[in-house]
Amino acid sequence: MTQRLVVVGNGMAPGRVLDHLFERDPDAYRVTIFNAEPRVNYNRILLSPVLSGEKGFDDIIIHDEAWYAGHGITLHRGCKVVHIDRQARRVVGADGTVADYDRLVIATGSAPIIIPLPGVDLPGVMTYRDLDDVDAMVEAAARHRRAVVIGGGLLGLEAAAGLQQRGMETTVIHLAPTLMERQLDPAAGFLLEQAVTARGIAVHTGANTKAILGRDRVEGVRLEDGREIPADIVVMAVGIRPSTDLARAAGLEVNRGVVVDDAMATSDPEILAVGECVEHRGTCYGLVAPLYEMAKVAAARLLGDGSAAYTGSVTSTKLKVTGIDLFSAGDFADGKDREEIVLRDARRGVYKRLIIAGNRIIGAVLYGETRDGPWFFDLLKTGADITELRETLIFGQGYAGGAPLDPTEAVAALPAEAEICGCNGVRKQTILDAIAAAGLSDVRGVRTHTKASASCGSCTGLVEHLLARALGDGFVKAAVESVCGCTKFGHDDVRRLIVAQQLKSIPAVMQALEWTTSCGCAKCRPALNYYLLATWPGEYQDDSQSRFINERVHANIQRDGTYSVVPRMWGGVTSAAELRAIADVVDRFAIPTVKVTGGQRIDLLGVRKEDLPAVWGDLGRAGLVSGHAYAKGLRTVKTCVGTDWCRFGTQDSTGLGVRLEKFLWGSWTPAKVKMGVSGCPRNCAEATIKDVGVVCVDSGFELHVGGAAGLHVKGTQLLCKVATEDAVVEHCAAVVQLYREQGRYLERIYKWADRVGLDSIREHVVDDAGRRRELHDRFVFSQRFAQKDPWAERAAGAQAHEFRPLVDLTGLGAAAE
Amino acid sequence: MNVMPNHWIDVGALDDIPKRGARMIKAAHGCIAVFRTADDQVFALDDRCPHRGGPLSQGIVHGTRVTCPLHEAVIRLDTGEIDGPDDGRVTTVAARIESGRILIDGEGLAILAEREIAS
Repeated sequence: MTQRLVVVGNGMAPGRVLDHLFERDPDAYRVTIFNAEPRVNYNRILLSPVLSGEKGFDDIIIHDEAWYAGHGITLHRGCKVVHIDRQARRVVGADGTVADYDRLVIATGSAPIIIPLPGVDLPGVMTYRDLDDVDAMVEAAARHRRAVVIGGGLLGLEAAAGLQQRGMETTVIHLAPTLMERQLDPAAGFLLEQAVTARGIAVHTGANTKAILGRDRVEGVRLEDGREIPADIVVMAVGIRPSTDLARAAGLEVNRGVVVDDAMATSDPEILAVGECVEHRGTCYGLVAPLYEMAKVAAARLLGDGSAAYTGSVTSTKLKVTGIDLFSAGDFADGKDREEIVLRDARRGVYKRLIIAGNRIIGAVLYGETRDGPWFFDLLKTGADITELRETLIFGQGYAGGAPLDPTEAVAALPAEAEICGCNGVRKQTILDAIAAAGLSDVRGVRTHTKASASCGSCTGLVEHLLARALGDGFVKAAVESVCGCTKFGHDDVRRLIVAQQLKSIPAVMQALEWTTSCGCAKCRPALNYYLLATWPGEYQDDSQSRFINERVHANIQRDGTYSVVPRMWGGVTSAAELRAIADVVDRFAIPTVKVTGGQRIDLLGVRKEDLPAVWGDLGRAGLVSGHAYAKGLRTVKTCVGTDWCRFGTQDSTGLGVRLEKFLWGSWTPAKVKMGVSGCPRNCAEATIKDVGVVCVDSGFELHVGGAAGLHVKGTQLLCKVATEDAVVEHCAAVVQLYREQGRYLERIYKWADRVGLDSIREHVVDDAGRRRELHDRFVFSQRFAQKDPWAERAAGAQAHEFRPLVDLTGLGAAAE
Repeated sequence: MNVMPNHWIDVGALDDIPKRGARMIKAAHGCIAVFRTADDQVFALDDRCPHRGGPLSQGIVHGTRVTCPLHEAVIRLDTGEIDGPDDGRVTTVAARIESGRILIDGEGLAILAEREIAS
């Protein structure tokens, strides 16, 4: 007997359910459809070409009148269902139309989210969801000039592109820092923003709309920062929300969407739901592919196929804007145990990134060339092992051999906006323009005309690559010593490119800069780890496997494999309680040697690795923390007793040393940093052979940098003189931060100072109070993440695997003998 | 190699060692370093660098090599040879992964112990 099927909604999902149903058994059901829109089923994802004028409505119809007639479907157009009577198995339309069902399919879709801003009800505010919206927008475009689109996601950008093609001056306002942040990583989002901007659409990212302005109709919007953008229409495209009112009123289980199981059944087994109104295993979908997968299962279930099950979808996205090729799928966040393969080609504007976990693709972002999107997506969905393909995977399915980028091409691949010179804020395009306009042929010319490479010089390599690219064979660049055998790039190039390309992980650097080894080596990995840590504080996850053992276990390895432990003594000052705790630890753990260091600390030598956490635990209870005697970081601030005791003292050198040490400890630097504060020019703290030294005088404080007393002995150079302790602290932080940003890994401050020149350091730290403040503030920011006592963490159990043997087989060995 | 299955010794789970990392095993006649590479291969070697006896288990692991923490000798994990012009070789012990567990060759361990006694 033919059963009665009622469908609420006439969108793409229920349309597909019916296609499957009629295909398998045309006579199983007599179908009634209620459609709130007054029309037949059309392809909603093709609304963008209709808006832009590239297609007409007739082009996007899925089911024409004949289809409904041919299948004997009763279609109630423009009739919204207002009530489901589950007892009587009957639905009631707004106009009183009634239909009885044996099975019911709810496909009410979704509605645009409307942010309740002031002015949201003004004429001229619209959404972008269905054909009525498109008609309204087309009409507005004919009569008005300026449009603001709120929301830089998929829908918002398509709306903006359509309006712009209809001749409107269009502005996109987007809350997140990069466009389409849910589908794209920041690098691709940045490229997209460039492309959108290049089409003449203004983009404001990181912008929060506070109000829609206007009296009788829309006149503009106001942003949180006070900016006002004039507009004749405002399109709200910030997202969609499942339409669940009907299902909720009927007493069905509803969370964010109508809850369905793998059979697409709601909490009432006679009622199925499909499409955007549905929530399946906690996920609501807004893309067409999952809706089609749901439709297939729903149709099978309606025909009694109990084995059909929907288990969720991995989704992919394509932006439907002519001239912008963009594809994304899966999960592309950085994370533990994830690797990425990145390919960039500047000439063609291509960025491709694959995210790999356990030898499987789990995410893909393609920009500029999306031909291989379906292939990657297929590998992703099937969970194919890509080990065999890995080397050439990124080049796509049709890869037939290709040359890797050389460094010049990598620099050429940088976006025009990329900042080449960090000191003077010079962007790539500025340099290229200067090369072309002034006919420049060498780095000196670029320095004169743009200031790029004129300060610390660390971007010289990049400038040379730009010159090489512009001048071709006519330019011969100076040889740069590479970081190690794994790469062609030198330290400075790597540092600058990490910033310019927003590289945020060691694999990203290795891929983007074409490392020739899969895993780097003991030279480059610690360097990269430092550069990333210094460049992206709070964001980059320290890779402990890329640190030398001393920094990994926070103690100094000795020749016999034991370790030395040096607690911090702020400014070299200690107390009876601390000394007692140290003595107790020495006794308890039978530590063979206790020695006073040159930096005014006490060194406990010969500690067994397994004992380290317990030793630290005991020391920690007395208030002693790590002295970082093992770190490429602040080691010690050596002081003399100053005005507290010394008859020659001019300032409180001890107090200042303690203050500096408490401010600077924990920061990672390219190489170790030792400091000293002397209370008078007699210089008992030997401040003038330290990396950074302070010599107190009657009138204030002399700041010195670049001393050394090791492999090389070198007196400091006087940087400047300041009047107050506060100024000392700010200047010292600024110097250390500048060194952190410019220094090559393992390059001590004196070598860095020689390389960049004292004048360049003065330029940043002394002459320009604004820059000094910025350096200081960046230092303070990074300290937020750095000032954690590593000993306390490990005494409490962190990284326990570092300190314990994997297993003790000594008993087994004895038994075998 | 004529290793009987029952000569394999379970020394721990693969996940007990970080990728690109190593752990040390205490054995009757010294320590064995067990390495795990980025692509989840495992290797077991005598935990002493042929150069000055540095504990290789404390080094940085890159590819299928480890750099000794004391003087930066680079050792090939698969053969135990020093990578480069220097002579020298670390004794290796066969290791493999079985259902997420690391197994090392008990016979190899015994040979290592005998050598230790002989020297």
